[in-house]
Amino acid sequence: MENPRYWRLKKQRYGLVGEVCPHCESKIFPPRDVCPECGSEARTEFTFSGKGKVYSYTVMRDAPAGYEQNAPYTVAIVALDEGPMVTAQLTDLGEEKVQIGMPVEMVTRKLREDVEKKGILVYGYKFRPVMRASN
Amino acid sequence: MSDIVIAGIGQIPVGEHYTIGLREMGVRALVQALHDSGDLKPDALYIGNLLSSMISHQSNLGALFTDYARLGGIESYTAEAAGASGAAALRLGVLAIRSGQANTVAVLGVEKWSDLVRSEAEAAIMQEMDYDYESIPGLTSTGQAGLIMQRYLNDYDLPPDALNGFAMLAHANGAHNPCSIFKNQVSPESYARSGMLCDPLNMYDGATYADGAAALVLTRRDLLPKNFPHPVIRVSGSAASSDSLSWHDRHEPMAFNAAARAVSSAAEHAGILPGQVSLFELDDPFSIYAALTLEACGLADRGKAWQMARDGEFAIHGRLPILTMGGCLARGNPIGAKGIYQVAEAVTQLRGAAGANQVTNARSALTLSLGGPASTAIAHVLERE
Amino acid sequence: MTDKPHGSLLLRTDRPTGIVGYGAYIPRYRLPGSEISQLWTGSPKGSPIKEKAVAGLDEDVITMSIEAARNAILRAGIDPQDLRAVWVGSESHPYAVKPSGTVVAEAIGASNNIQSGDWEFACKAGTEAMVAAIGLVGSGMGRYALAIGMDTAQGKPGDALEYTASSGGAAFVIGPANESAVEIKASYSYVSDTPDFWRRPEQKYPEHGQRFTGDPAYFKHVESAGRVMMEELGMKAQDFTYAVFHQPNPKFPLKAGKELGFSEEQILPGLLVPVIGNTYAGASMIGLTAILDIAKPGDRILQVSYGSGAGSDAFYFEVTERIAERRELAPSIAEYLARRTEINYATYARYRGKIDMG
Repeated sequence: MENPRYWRLKKQRYGLVGEVCPHCESKIFPPRDVCPECGSEARTEFTFSGKGKVYSYTVMRDAPAGYEQNAPYTVAIVALDEGPMVTAQLTDLGEEKVQIGMPVEMVTRKLREDVEKKGILVYGYKFRPVMRASN
Repeated sequence: MSDIVIAGIGQIPVGEHYTIGLREMGVRALVQALHDSGDLKPDALYIGNLLSSMISHQSNLGALFTDYARLGGIESYTAEAAGASGAAALRLGVLAIRSGQANTVAVLGVEKWSDLVRSEAEAAIMQEMDYDYESIPGLTSTGQAGLIMQRYLNDYDLPPDALNGFAMLAHANGAHNPCSIFKNQVSPESYARSGMLCDPLNMYDGATYADGAAALVLTRRDLLPKNFPHPVIRVSGSAASSDSLSWHDRHEPMAFNAAARAVSSAAEHAGILPGQVSLFELDDPFSIYAALTLEACGLADRGKAWQMARDGEFAIHGRLPILTMGGCLARGNPIGAKGIYQVAEAVTQLRGAAGANQVTNARSALTLSLGGPASTAIAHVLERE
Repeated sequence: MTDKPHGSLLLRTDRPTGIVGYGAYIPRYRLPGSEISQLWTGSPKGSPIKEKAVAGLDEDVITMSIEAARNAILRAGIDPQDLRAVWVGSESHPYAVKPSGTVVAEAIGASNNIQSGDWEFACKAGTEAMVAAIGLVGSGMGRYALAIGMDTAQGKPGDALEYTASSGGAAFVIGPANESAVEIKASYSYVSDTPDFWRRPEQKYPEHGQRFTGDPAYFKHVESAGRVMMEELGMKAQDFTYAVFHQPNPKFPLKAGKELGFSEEQILPGLLVPVIGNTYAGASMIGLTAILDIAKPGDRILQVSYGSGAGSDAFYFEVTERIAERRELAPSIAEYLARRTEINYATYARYRGKIDMG
């Protein structure tokens, strides 16, 4: 059971809460307190819109322990509209073919069970094809 | 020129060693290397390993191996740099001798992989990535490679089998390496038929993780035994560099900057250009990493390494031989031990003892070991006197 | 429980309240009824509905509530920090012990200063949360409260309920009437101890009393709630533009509606069960959102939920001129229905945990 490590990151995981650098305005995800662009201290919270585009993707067929029940699943690097990239599963693909550049949006989904059947459920961001282009 | 020499090498075959554990594997490689060096007595033992604490439930490997190899109380501990752990241990040894703290150093790369079922072992190796932001979303190291291979094929508008040249050359060379796990040849047809691991990365693009142990004995040139039976191989360059754990924290993921930095500073240290070496034991846990390394180091134009591999430019008798004993793709990937295998293989070439795989007139070799997707990169230059 | 309390039976608040924002969620996957009938009866015919919505492998009441809540907040245009309650009604909460509401609240960016207990009352849990939210806002205890009805309903393989037990639901931000897209004019609840459908704690699937679920249960409570509501209001079925009832199948709500004097035209716009199935705690609430997707200012709506065990909550709504701009701010039922991937029984069995993994 690793509850503290999941609990500590709930804001980032549930809602893509990162940081914005007060010095150079770079948006930062995951939060890291030191701006990767200008090196200044950056602790101001920033909630990302959850909109982005697929930078690349792959299909996980041999899933690691704890993820077997979801295999096969697609993992992507998503370039968020605000700048940073994030690694996340794509979900609700249906018959849709994933393509580099495809617009996607964040949803909060169940990532795994900490301990099967007994442990806490870990929720976090995934991305799906955008439902409405206008939003 | 440096006066640090590699006096001894030892390797056990890479594979699934069900009958022996972590300690027996490591001790066998160490004993071999010490014997090969003319029974030098090391003042320190540095160990490269990634997974023993998870897979073998064993840490404090320094105490374990100095005891079991009867090295009597010398300084010893582990260097961990994911897949570059072995190379990190070697660099510790180089620094220890260069600083004057040690005269003779044994370096051991050891990894026990086969004690866990695959999904659990995959979960263990995920710790080399960004656990919170890559592993928790369900990515593995193989998935990381699949992600960047997809982007590579897309950006250069390449067919899905573009990278098959690396598996073909690795297997051609690995077939003659007594320590390699695979002895089969790969053809374009068998590559095309191969099952997917992490699309578009197929089973020939990803090296099989396996057990392995390899060891080196380093010493000062003036301390070599009289009647030392081998050609003298010097370590003339050593450098390490780092980058972010994950692709998503890099502006240009395909740049492989740490690989480029480590290679150029090790070469500069040795006073040569990377393209001048007789052979390059680069790191190929995945074929795409071989391509990105060659391109990052200026040994192939961007988006062209795959074509050069297909054209035979990296074959044993090509312009710049790579993976001369099969690399990870054919020898197998013993993770924290692979950096020592690479150097042992390069020494074999420079000694002129590589048999069917001998690179003609091999005088110098470059080795590069990667931890993660070039998150850590450690390079060495070896030269024959 | 037969005595009439003094005064009106209607629940009305000191401060007028309304639905400031509404949001629905329907998962992407659809299992045609023919897949179920073919497996258990050998015939593609016999399902009471065309298809039902099925939650994906990574979905549960918490994740679906989060999306519906985000839609409701988008439409409400409020800062989630201003919510004073986040309540989830469901009979398929992911935890037996540990609230769904706290996860939902964190995910949507609500503050720590909220009420957040889960509600359970079979298929009425969501509307029970609505009544509570109306009470909280109407009493002045808080400006906004979020009430969610959501389920990943489980039908025992081969049971009649398997055709309809589905996944989905809706969320409503309840707030002051003068900010609302829909004013809440009154509500009324009617309950009794009626054992028509239940699940003991150690059981995976619910049991039901078959035909006993009809007259003494669904019809008795839905019709009582609807009738008392209209009597107390002095209104007739014809005074309403739309009516939406709990919808375990297509027949029950149409029959109950007819008994209360409603035409099919009033009921069909909110009748989603033929294309998504019975979303249990979400069923009448998501039906209401389908009506709000098309309603005009001034339209009057009657909603009557039903939860086994048993009880009904009835609501009287009047649509305001704010509806048109609010509805555009989040995906409509039509958009969720259009996002559709048909699955077979094997995929359904996997997605809903019906394969014994040992």
